[in-house]
Amino acid sequence: MTFFKADGLAINFGGIRALDGVSFELEPGQVFTIIGPNGAGKTTIFNLVSRLYDPSAGTIVFRDEDITRVPAHEIARRGIARTFQNIELFEHATVLQNLLLGRHAHKRSRFVEELLFLPRVRTLELEHREAVEKVIDFLDLQPHRDSLIANLPYGVRKVVEMARALCTQPTLLLLDEPSSGLNVEETDDMAFWIQDIRTLLGITVLMVEHDMRLVSAVSDRVLALNYGRPIAVGNAREVQEHPEVVKAYLGG
Amino acid sequence: MRFVFKTSYVQDLGLFRDEVQRNWYVALLGGLLVLPLLVPTYLVDVSLVLIYGLAGLSLMVLAGYTGLVSLGHAAFLGIGAYAHVYFTQNLGLPWVVAVGLAAATTAVAGVLVGLPALRMTGVYLTIATLAFALIIQEIFVQWERVTGGLKGKAVDRPVIFGVPFSTDVAFYFLCVAVLMGGLWLTTNVLRSPTGRAWVAIRDSEIAAQSLGVNLAAYKTLAFAYSAALMGIAGALFAHKVGFLAPDIFSVLLSIQFLLMVVVGGLGSLHGAIFGAVFVAMLPVAISQARDSLPVWFGAAAGVFGKGAGDAVYLGVERLVKQPGLEPGIFGLILVLFILFEPLGIYGRWLKLRIFFSTFPLYKRATFKRQKAYMRSERLR
Repeated sequence: MTFFKADGLAINFGGIRALDGVSFELEPGQVFTIIGPNGAGKTTIFNLVSRLYDPSAGTIVFRDEDITRVPAHEIARRGIARTFQNIELFEHATVLQNLLLGRHAHKRSRFVEELLFLPRVRTLELEHREAVEKVIDFLDLQPHRDSLIANLPYGVRKVVEMARALCTQPTLLLLDEPSSGLNVEETDDMAFWIQDIRTLLGITVLMVEHDMRLVSAVSDRVLALNYGRPIAVGNAREVQEHPEVVKAYLGG
Repeated sequence: MRFVFKTSYVQDLGLFRDEVQRNWYVALLGGLLVLPLLVPTYLVDVSLVLIYGLAGLSLMVLAGYTGLVSLGHAAFLGIGAYAHVYFTQNLGLPWVVAVGLAAATTAVAGVLVGLPALRMTGVYLTIATLAFALIIQEIFVQWERVTGGLKGKAVDRPVIFGVPFSTDVAFYFLCVAVLMGGLWLTTNVLRSPTGRAWVAIRDSEIAAQSLGVNLAAYKTLAFAYSAALMGIAGALFAHKVGFLAPDIFSVLLSIQFLLMVVVGGLGSLHGAIFGAVFVAMLPVAISQARDSLPVWFGAAAGVFGKGAGDAVYLGVERLVKQPGLEPGIFGLILVLFILFEPLGIYGRWLKLRIFFSTFPLYKRATFKRQKAYMRSERLR
């Protein structure tokens, strides 16, 4: 069985070839990190996997299913959740409402039932709430449950966004720069959480990250990109010492 | 300051925050029930407030919760009104069935507007709805067999299950009941996954999509639901005005509806109702002021002698009898609200409430907005 496989992914924006023949494979239960200088195409890979972009060539296979042409809103139901580099939370809603939205992929109530708020809707809402509360406990978000996102500091928002992704109960979690904008202490917390997500919840993590300390601490495999092309793949140490990677970051 | 002590998840699912809030709403309902005894002369105006409340609810769902600003809602009101009158008077259907069908007809119209609107966002969508409203108004003029065209169409008083609602009081209670029903249904949807999905679309389409919200389906649903509510409001509106003519459902009315939700406070059902009170009562207040202001000012100036009193009386009368005063005041108030109170009357109300609940410790800085550079805080 193929858990996740990207094969020959390519995409053009006008004349710019943002990705060119990127292939990689994830094993279940891995933390797989993509690194690369700015503009290397890391987030573009995420946008391809979450189907916000259409690739010009290549295929994406997830759990033996070709998801290359699946509509974006079907991705969450397939078990893939993501966070965003610049935080895309629902700003004028509370943390709780944001997390409950993470349960949208598991929505089973129909509109007419909701209009009348039938007992079935109430029961389902309570089920969603139970699931959300588990995530709240997991990520220590209890004090912020009823705060509006707009009133929260950046570090907490970052965690809330991860919590929202976890509420979809994914099998594959895409984290786009989980440590950006966090201080050293918060980054350490993030490292522990990523490890817990993998070992305790058994979720495979695909991550884009710049902080090499975090990358080395949590990654099983690392893929380095430059100008949309993969230049090295291996464990964190191998990739960091790869001559092509050194050249991409330092020039020469 | 009162804090709600939560011991069960069920508490977060209730219609009201706690018993205290529920009791206030019961008191409000009691107030509405005795209102006909207090202000018998203004009951027709109050009925209009209630109908506008329903219309505000409709636009609030679309603009305040889903983030799709429409300038075509007067057209939906018109479709609801004409459809209802056609079903009751031309086809002779029972009132309740006719209202249901009118709501369904407007919902279909809402879907038809919603479909092309899916590809548009922001101001382009607003312009598309505006175009739709103009087309619909033209159809009201041309389709004489159904609408009566420019000659207009007289509307009978409602008769529900054989009971005639011919008096103002009876019609007022009908409006109260329908508005309460509309509020109940809307609150239910908003506390369910669908309502959350609408809010998600408003705040971040991209995040909503990757959480599994089908943008096309939920935007269309928002349009359909909003239009259906507007259709029901239209049915009541038809009875209220008693005579339908195409020029009632003009762009100006759409703008008034938009004014209603903005002045009331976007993103809250309270706002829709506050806005309705404001928009429906302001013309009444202005016409009152037209009659009484010159007298008051004249009497005040009269202490300096009869000549001064008469001069001031005539001067003030000339000023308040100026044509175009009403839209001018509307516009001025809208501008002032956008400048000073983006959360509208509801925002003012929140501040007032917190002032009294924290008295004497209220500090203005509670609501002071920091200069902020994050995406979220630029939104409003």
